[in-house]
Amino acid sequence: MQQLIILAWRNLWRNRRRTLITLASVFMAVVLAIAIRSLQKGAYSNMIGNAVRFSTGYLQVQAKGYWEDKSINNSFTADTSLDQTLQAEPNISLAVPRLESFALASSGLHTKGVAIIGIDPVQENQLNSLEEKVAKGKYFHRGGGQGLLIGDGLANYLRLQLGDTLVLMGQGYHGSTAAAQYPIQGIFHFPLDQLNNSLVYLALPDAQAFFAAPGRLTSVSLMLDDPAAMEATARSLQRALDSTRVVLQWPVMNKSLVQEIQGDNAGGIIMLGILYLVVAFGVFGTILMMTMERKKEFAVMIAIGMHRIKLTAIVMLETVLIGLMGIVAGCVLILPVLLYLYQHPLALTGSTAQIYQEFGLEPIMPVSVDPAIFFYQGITVLAIALVSTLYPLWYINRFRIPEALKQ
Amino acid sequence: MQFSGVTGEWNNSFKTNVMSVIEIQQLTKTYRETLVPVHAVNGIDLKFEKGEFTAIVGPSGCGKTTLLNLMGGIDRPTSGQILVEKVDITQLTASQLVDFRLYNIGFIFQSFNLIPVLTVEENVGFVMELQHRQREEITARIQYLLTAMGIAEKTKLRPKYLSGGQQQRVAVARALAAKPKFILADEPTANLDSKSTNTLLNLMASLNEKEQVTFIFSTHDQRVMDKARRIITLEDGKVISDTSVKHSHAEAQN
Ligand SMILES: Nc1ncnc2c1ncn2[C@@H]1O[C@H](COP(=O)(O)OP(=O)(O)OP(=O)(O)O)[C@@H](O)[C@H]1O
Ligand SMILES: [Mg+2]
Repeated sequence: MQQLIILAWRNLWRNRRRTLITLASVFMAVVLAIAIRSLQKGAYSNMIGNAVRFSTGYLQVQAKGYWEDKSINNSFTADTSLDQTLQAEPNISLAVPRLESFALASSGLHTKGVAIIGIDPVQENQLNSLEEKVAKGKYFHRGGGQGLLIGDGLANYLRLQLGDTLVLMGQGYHGSTAAAQYPIQGIFHFPLDQLNNSLVYLALPDAQAFFAAPGRLTSVSLMLDDPAAMEATARSLQRALDSTRVVLQWPVMNKSLVQEIQGDNAGGIIMLGILYLVVAFGVFGTILMMTMERKKEFAVMIAIGMHRIKLTAIVMLETVLIGLMGIVAGCVLILPVLLYLYQHPLALTGSTAQIYQEFGLEPIMPVSVDPAIFFYQGITVLAIALVSTLYPLWYINRFRIPEALKQ
Repeated sequence: MQFSGVTGEWNNSFKTNVMSVIEIQQLTKTYRETLVPVHAVNGIDLKFEKGEFTAIVGPSGCGKTTLLNLMGGIDRPTSGQILVEKVDITQLTASQLVDFRLYNIGFIFQSFNLIPVLTVEENVGFVMELQHRQREEITARIQYLLTAMGIAEKTKLRPKYLSGGQQQRVAVARALAAKPKFILADEPTANLDSKSTNTLLNLMASLNEKEQVTFIFSTHDQRVMDKARRIITLEDGKVISDTSVKHSHAEAQN
């Protein structure tokens, strides 16, 4: 074995320049592949983190059937056992209860369909800093008997001011009629007009009273300490809950985000594919040349008593050495860069940055330093390098010695 | 019962009085990929005894290289047998042939063919490493052979820093290192000047006597033929003469 390693190592440096060029191609591919993956994964987890913050949470507990039919009749009772179950799950960092349904909002001659969201003011604020979005008036405190918050878009449409009264009409729990009027205690502004035009917030007890659904919720959104463990948390939570309640994961609830990420990811994979091709051809060319130009030497070694399998091992060792050196060098270069970017993320600029800021998010582009990225890219590049030696290896095991010796 | 160094196995065979190292029977090699079939070796019968110093001569294309390749087990005959100590090597598998060569044959090539990335001593030690010999034994034999070949001071150099004559002396040392039963050399002096040829031949001849190893070489070179004690002449793949020359190496050196 030692003999084989010596031969492989020295052979690599016989044509120093060619080996260095091949190494450089592996190195560049590894650096770029890891950088691409790191940026993509960082961006995705950031996108997901932000998206779930303003919509569903990573997980949501709902009554069975609510997702298919978002009716207030498919709500469930928030009892202490649910509370205990959520408390017992260590990965859950925040649980945000909501009661959501639809109603008609009218003022004077104007009427508009709106989404009513009954919220726990403290939890909701922890989730998405709703309080900061209240541009006029004041945010909720805990308890009932409060007014409502509407978006500035809706306020304009209905020609309403702070302190004016808004009439809500809709259907309550089990077909009861829901109708009430509330003073506008705050006007909020979100960067998305769609939200400003159609959202109405009530304090949770007021919403429950309005819909005649005391103590009931349509969902509890959950934020997680470790989003990567979402799957496991969902499973364990589902086991702890009875079958009338289901735990949904964000990809089920936010298909468009999944698609967006998949689309972007596919682009990244194509980039990676191109990089892998560069590696494959670089290594293939070098190993093939290294094999062909040593044909006579190999023939001599076989003639004087070396088995072809050992030559195969030498060529594989050469490939692994080139691959590993390129991979290690690539990782050594990119790791400190990524660690730096992880601590000091790139700042977003322009309109994107503005939107981030208006949502109360830091306008940054984080990177991921997940060790799995390094591991998988390393393994993939090594595997590709080895696959590209298949032809030279096949050749080594069948070329004829007398002809090779004649050269 | 007898232990066969060829296959590394015990086998039943009766010892004959004079032991032929190699016995070739009705050997042919025909190339049919050509337009007209080429009978490169065309029905050859030959015996080689232990300690021979034999030249195979003949015009270009007469089949010298082909014959040596067949005897060395690096090419397959079309028909016939090659018995090395009663074992027919034409029946061995490719993998068995590798081990057969490792333990029985030393090769010397026209263009030296040392392994360029190994030093002189590593080249000589290469086959002994393949044979898994003890480190001390390998070191001692490298020292002995390189001293005998007069290149002991070059042990740490790579082949490219040696002259052709020196490289070929290393190649002879490498061929002898494994203590083979016989050494096959295809035109070993063709790339050497006359001075180097002389030196090499004298060294080969003296090692032939010291180690009692059989040397079989092909040549075009009259000076090489002059040193041989047996000359086999081929023409069109056939033996046309086989003569023993009665002189000792000592005489030939004068
Ligand atoms: N692979 C091959 N395919 C076809 N014909 C071959 C092949 N190898 C050798 N021959 C033919 O076999 C014959 C013997 O060739 P060989 O190389 O043994 O001759 P040689 O005596 O060694 O010649 P030289 O003195 O020039 O080295 C020649 O006619 C040659 O053309
Ligand atoms: Mg020849």
